[in-house]
Amino acid sequence: MAIECLVLGAGQEVGKSCVVVTFGGGKRVMFDCGMHMGHRDSRRYPDFDRLLADGAADYTAAISCVVITHFHLDHIGALPYFTEVCGYHGPVYMTYPTKALAPLMLEDYRKVMVDHRGEEEQYSYEDILRCMRKVIPLDLKQTIQVDKDLSIRAYYAGHVLGAAMIYAKVGDAAIVYTGDYNMTPDRHLGAAQIDRLKLDLLITESTYAKTVRDSKHAREREFLKAVHKCVSGGGKVLIPAFALGRAQELCILLDDYWERMNLKIPIYFSAGLTIQANMYYKMLIGWTSQKIKNSYTVHNPFDFKHVCHFERSFINNPGPCVLFATPGMISGGFSLEVFKKWAPSEKNLVTLPGYCVAGTIGHKLMSGKPTRIDIDKDTHIDVRCQIHQLSFSPHTDSKGIMDLTEFLSPSHVILVHGEKPQMAFLKERIESELGMQCCYPANNETVSIPTSQNLKINATEKFIVSFCMDETENDPQKQNLNFGGDMPQGCRTEGVAEGVLLMEKSKTPKILREDELLHSLGMETHFVHFEPLHPSSIEVKHTGESAVQQSSLEHLDCE
Amino acid sequence: MKLVSAKLLPSPSLSRAPQAPDANAHVTSQTCLDTGVDGGYYTPASHLLEVEGLRILLDCPIDLSALTAFSAVPLGASSSSGDAEDLIRGVPYYRSPTAVAAAKAGRIDAVLVSSATGLLGLPFLTRLPGFANTKVYVTEVAARMGSLMMRELVEMHREFVRCYGPDRDQSPVWMEGEKLKKLMSVLQKITTEDEENNNLAALVSLYSLDNIEECMQKTQYVKYGEEVCFNGMLMLKASSSGLELGNCVWTIKGPRASMTYLPSSIFVSAHALDFDYSSLKGNDVILFSDFSSLNGMYDDNKKMGEHIVDETDILLASNSVFRDDGMDEDETIKFLCSNDDIAEEIERISFICSCIIDAINSGGSVLIPIGRIGIILLLLEHMSETLHSSNMKSQVPIFMISETAEEIITFTNALPEWLCKSRQEKLFSCEPLFGHVELLKEGKLSLFSHLYSKGLLAAWKEPCIVFCPHWSLRHGPAVHLLHRWRADKRCLLVLEQGVDAELTLKPFMPLAIQVLGCSFLSGIKVGKIDPLLGLLKPKLILFPEGQKSLCPATDKQPWSFLYYSKGKTIEVPNMREEFEVRMTTEVAFGLQPRQLDKTTAVARLKAKLLLSNGQYVLAAAKSELDRSERHLLHWGTVDASCIPSALQEKGIVCSFSADADYSAPSDRERVISITSPGEALVKVTSERTTIYCDDEETAERVYDAFRSICNGI
Ligand SMILES: [Zn+2]
Repeated sequence: MAIECLVLGAGQEVGKSCVVVTFGGGKRVMFDCGMHMGHRDSRRYPDFDRLLADGAADYTAAISCVVITHFHLDHIGALPYFTEVCGYHGPVYMTYPTKALAPLMLEDYRKVMVDHRGEEEQYSYEDILRCMRKVIPLDLKQTIQVDKDLSIRAYYAGHVLGAAMIYAKVGDAAIVYTGDYNMTPDRHLGAAQIDRLKLDLLITESTYAKTVRDSKHAREREFLKAVHKCVSGGGKVLIPAFALGRAQELCILLDDYWERMNLKIPIYFSAGLTIQANMYYKMLIGWTSQKIKNSYTVHNPFDFKHVCHFERSFINNPGPCVLFATPGMISGGFSLEVFKKWAPSEKNLVTLPGYCVAGTIGHKLMSGKPTRIDIDKDTHIDVRCQIHQLSFSPHTDSKGIMDLTEFLSPSHVILVHGEKPQMAFLKERIESELGMQCCYPANNETVSIPTSQNLKINATEKFIVSFCMDETENDPQKQNLNFGGDMPQGCRTEGVAEGVLLMEKSKTPKILREDELLHSLGMETHFVHFEPLHPSSIEVKHTGESAVQQSSLEHLDCE
Repeated sequence: MKLVSAKLLPSPSLSRAPQAPDANAHVTSQTCLDTGVDGGYYTPASHLLEVEGLRILLDCPIDLSALTAFSAVPLGASSSSGDAEDLIRGVPYYRSPTAVAAAKAGRIDAVLVSSATGLLGLPFLTRLPGFANTKVYVTEVAARMGSLMMRELVEMHREFVRCYGPDRDQSPVWMEGEKLKKLMSVLQKITTEDEENNNLAALVSLYSLDNIEECMQKTQYVKYGEEVCFNGMLMLKASSSGLELGNCVWTIKGPRASMTYLPSSIFVSAHALDFDYSSLKGNDVILFSDFSSLNGMYDDNKKMGEHIVDETDILLASNSVFRDDGMDEDETIKFLCSNDDIAEEIERISFICSCIIDAINSGGSVLIPIGRIGIILLLLEHMSETLHSSNMKSQVPIFMISETAEEIITFTNALPEWLCKSRQEKLFSCEPLFGHVELLKEGKLSLFSHLYSKGLLAAWKEPCIVFCPHWSLRHGPAVHLLHRWRADKRCLLVLEQGVDAELTLKPFMPLAIQVLGCSFLSGIKVGKIDPLLGLLKPKLILFPEGQKSLCPATDKQPWSFLYYSKGKTIEVPNMREEFEVRMTTEVAFGLQPRQLDKTTAVARLKAKLLLSNGQYVLAAAKSELDRSERHLLHWGTVDASCIPSALQEKGIVCSFSADADYSAPSDRERVISITSPGEALVKVTSERTTIYCDDEETAERVYDAFRSICNGI
């Protein structure tokens, strides 16, 4: 038995996450269905054709289900294309928040592509809605039976609201696909949480395969200091961000800071997204951090006091302000429009996330310190503004990846969603420090992972009972582990058992206690004893009738 | 299937605890501790289960109907308390037969809670020292609702304490003499069963906020469909029951049998996630614990003048459709999940709304002390629509006055995963989940924690509509407001049927206020029980003796019934004699099977036995299996004529002797003497072989030869 893992996207790169795992019995799960924002040709989407056997055209027959981990476009951007254009109409799963928020992200980006870049429409708004209607929502920890043999389960991943790590199981073969995750809580989300599971394979993101981060607090302060310095000097702060996720985290941070420092400078949110997004966040408060969950009835942190709506005409207004504008990474649209206006002044500030996809302006700004950016052959921007790169990220650092991998102790690890040199470094660490096999296939490569399969047998009650230990030794409090225990969830060792396996044709093999076997076969014992020939020459241990067989056992055992 | 006959044990309320019937720890037994009150919404039934040696309590409610024996919390020295002369004036005691019986059982390993109301009696148990390690399982939402309800109860109870002073000793004054007799008679009324003096034994003083905290710390919250493992042995899974937000049906899966604990359930709900019956398919045993048919809803509805299909008609109709052998699953599902339930519920809600509007129009206020959160939310939602359309001149304020109002109202707009599909759609189209969000925003609904809350006085305006606790009319703001409005015939009191209205209203007599008694769907309709069982296909059903007639056993049914009644233990027969075990390939490869005949082979096995998520697994032991091929168990007779050739094959030189010096048994003892490679003597009878030898190597060789002609492993 083996698990086949085909990497259709995010192989040795970041972007268009899509991994297809084939289990035994033809069960096939597609994890994520993302798009690459750095490409504008066919490389933008995963090469779905590879899923089809020669001559076949039916994606629905080729895949058991699609599971989406979170609403970022590099994880969901190709889904409407796959369902509405390619015609896949099998089950699609994602968490409740992802199902609620993904249409906003998809439509936001679709508009950027079509309205601003004037590109050909890949899918329409109606396609997005039709696609989302097919989605079956998941709650965390629920075991969902996709069909008789395939079950999936979502675990909290942090990262963005509704992000999940996905556990999938067919028979005895089990894997976890992490999607993007964060091992430390942030302003509005908790840290990733998963049970200790028995896994054949872990497929993990590795965005920060080589980076170890220090205290988050200091880096948040750094960001606030940069923003404060800019506005007090009369400058404007541009924060390019996607509508959901990072925007809410930074907004909570700023709103709280403004309150404490009693600042009156306006914080703007572009487009009407904030109001709608915040309404969603209120209904989905159960998916935020424990701290927010405990206190939201008194103070809901998504009720921002200092944030107001931004009108397009404000771009040229004088005076300081902070503006959140979509899309993130300045990949086009409104954030680009504002950037063109504000970038030439050295008083202004642009903050960029820790990671920008290659091909975006954000990426260009981060590589070196360019003074001039060419948009196309006719347009260029003189960049004189300050650039602040956020050093906190909703992705786990390499320590987090190592911790999770060690905790789950899978037989094999596959790295995706990272850059090749860093992945090579992490692979080395996983193999040498954790003793697990690890690889990082490129796009369109397939890796085959061997799995162990258990046999189903029966056991007699006597066999089970005689090897059960006292229940009181097992502390039920220790049964439910997150991080730090040493036994898989709900696992108990009963000790070493000895018995005889009876295999009869056309019957399930059965394990019995030794003394049950003869009765079951309808046979009588034939005793075999060992005795000294000359009793005086050897110390005799046993003579009693009842112990005779025992003595023969010992005699044979202890040579 | 053979059934072990039901074994009757003494009531758990007596001094003897319910015990497993014999020393065999792997027999499942079930004891019904309480059948609940009024069909089980506020006081669900409870059971004690023993599975594979583990003792599990199913639900632990509090029976608040005992409160009616006490007089309502006094409003002040001057206030008259109506016709309440024979009610007890004192800090009330509470009744939880379940907690008391479970405490007597001595040890509870786990508690499975199926609803918020099933949680309310638990602090009585967990505050006892013997229950420090008891683990509680409950859905996140039921836990949240339950702890809010408990907190509210404790807060309301404080009013009594403020008035009468705290309990100083264990038995208050009223525990003696005339008053006690009165209490007994009231309790007798409440509990129709012949429990002799046990009623009193079930009375306990209320728990504290600390007790609640302590109880919640033992609690593990679960989601619907989440599989949790208890003690390695049992897999527990909660599935939605449809009755109320967070209510659930439990699947308890042991290594040899799976059981469904089925409390009151509703197939389609207007607010909660629908009954997830499909997750219960194939479980071996169903513990049927839906007592809703006892709440007399249909009589009441007839009184309310509503059109209700006669229950017997449904039963007959279902008989003709579903008793046939060719039961069509799709049709069954269609029948079970028809929207009738919602339609009827909405009809009831709108009837109540129209009564409320009538009262308001006549200038009266409306008091709604209903405790069902789902009904409150639906009423609010419906009312906002009704108020919109009824063109009322002035705005009628709606107040919700409760310690927990704010939390409940915010919380219920933030749990989309727990709601019915139509409300989940509201999330996906970014609309509020319930109508009350709009009411709040428009300022039509105001929330206050107490009658004396800041701001309530300023906002107060009559006529108004007030939602507040408590349905017992003994404590909470409802007592005060009822005193205020009881003499006004324009006002309306909306009460839930099922509580003894006469007794409940006694302290407020005489009444001029109109009283609307209403009932709500509280469980599986009688006509749906049989089709449901047909869909779930259990092997065995544990059914309440008292409701036997609802689901008569017939020959056609492929399942059997065992009937239970309160306080009696029944033994549930084992579903499987043998355990299912998984063997890892590693272990399988290490096996050295020995073929006995054409169809049978045996192999000795030594492995680590693990119990993981209710599944036994044989994994490779760290210490290698002893590879030497010595057989330790032999059977059958040894054919003596084969011995010489077998020995010779191993290069052993031997001779037979018919030595008769030893007193040989009658079945001819053979004696073989061996001279090379060493000196040895072998004696063989039909049941015994003895090898006499001082030299290990020789003994080994002789044994080797012997093994080739004897069955052994
Ligand atoms: Zn992401």
